[in-house]
Amino acid sequence: MPAEHFPIEASHIMMFARAIGDPNPAFRDADSAEAKASGGIVAPPTFAMASWQFEPQHPLRPDPAKPWFGSGREPTGRVSSGGGGGGGGGGGGLHAEQHFEYHQPMRPGMVLTATTQQGNTWEKESKRGGTLKFSESVTEFRDTATGDLVVTARMVGVQTQRPVDKEA
Amino acid sequence: MSVKQVDVKVGDSKTLVVFDNLTRTQIVMYAGASGDYNPLHSDELFTTKIAGYPSVFAHGMLSMGATGRVLTDWFGADGLTKYGVRFVNQVWPGDTLTTTATVAAVREEGGQHFADLTVETVNQDGKAVVSGTATARLEG
Repeated sequence: MPAEHFPIEASHIMMFARAIGDPNPAFRDADSAEAKASGGIVAPPTFAMASWQFEPQHPLRPDPAKPWFGSGREPTGRVSSGGGGGGGGGGGGLHAEQHFEYHQPMRPGMVLTATTQQGNTWEKESKRGGTLKFSESVTEFRDTATGDLVVTARMVGVQTQRPVDKEA
Repeated sequence: MSVKQVDVKVGDSKTLVVFDNLTRTQIVMYAGASGDYNPLHSDELFTTKIAGYPSVFAHGMLSMGATGRVLTDWFGADGLTKYGVRFVNQVWPGDTLTTTATVAAVREEGGQHFADLTVETVNQDGKAVVSGTATARLEG
């Protein structure tokens, strides 16, 4: 999830907290006791994932200039818009693991850069999904003002040979 | 906010129902906020007819985010130093998710106190959907 310019904004944090079903006022109300106890509004621990919004070429966001693989009135028949990688991958890509290390809290007003390095890849056989192809990536989020690390995110994605369904 | 080291013991645990009958709308909210618009999470036609799944399903990160609520409620919104999970089963609309976080160790490192936790979220059938670990900073 590379992004050159990931501005952390209070309203985005509020929407993200609502989206994960978390009513903690520390994520939206600077005057709340919870926010004051946390040194002000802070982003939830998984907020770094929202940097996808600031990845200019994110394949899992419809682009008016390109065909989208989701349905209109009917399915298009396209399986994926291509790429996406593991974890938020299109066309058979699923998120297998996610790990965060927090060096400092993510706060409104910060502008981060996210730099992603591809890591290991490996395969495993599974009764549910056939041959599973795992791939790892590590993303460093740094504060553009100081150059300091804010969050390190390690993601493991998996491409399955067939859909892993509910009854399996 | 942080919790005092003397107030945390190995084996302490907290449990919370983080979603009761998870709605499709909640999954759409997560797509909108996170920027992950993969149709597998919102587009029933695509997901059933093209991708071959029985229905749309939640982003793994929605479950990880909801699971984190137990940790930040307990140790403060800025209290974690590490948090990682494996996504062990999919989460479907209608699922009820219950998270339990348990203290596995309390330790000191460089004059700072930490609690290491295990965290697991299960569905209404008791099947784990998210399983992981976290570390929280404690007040000395």
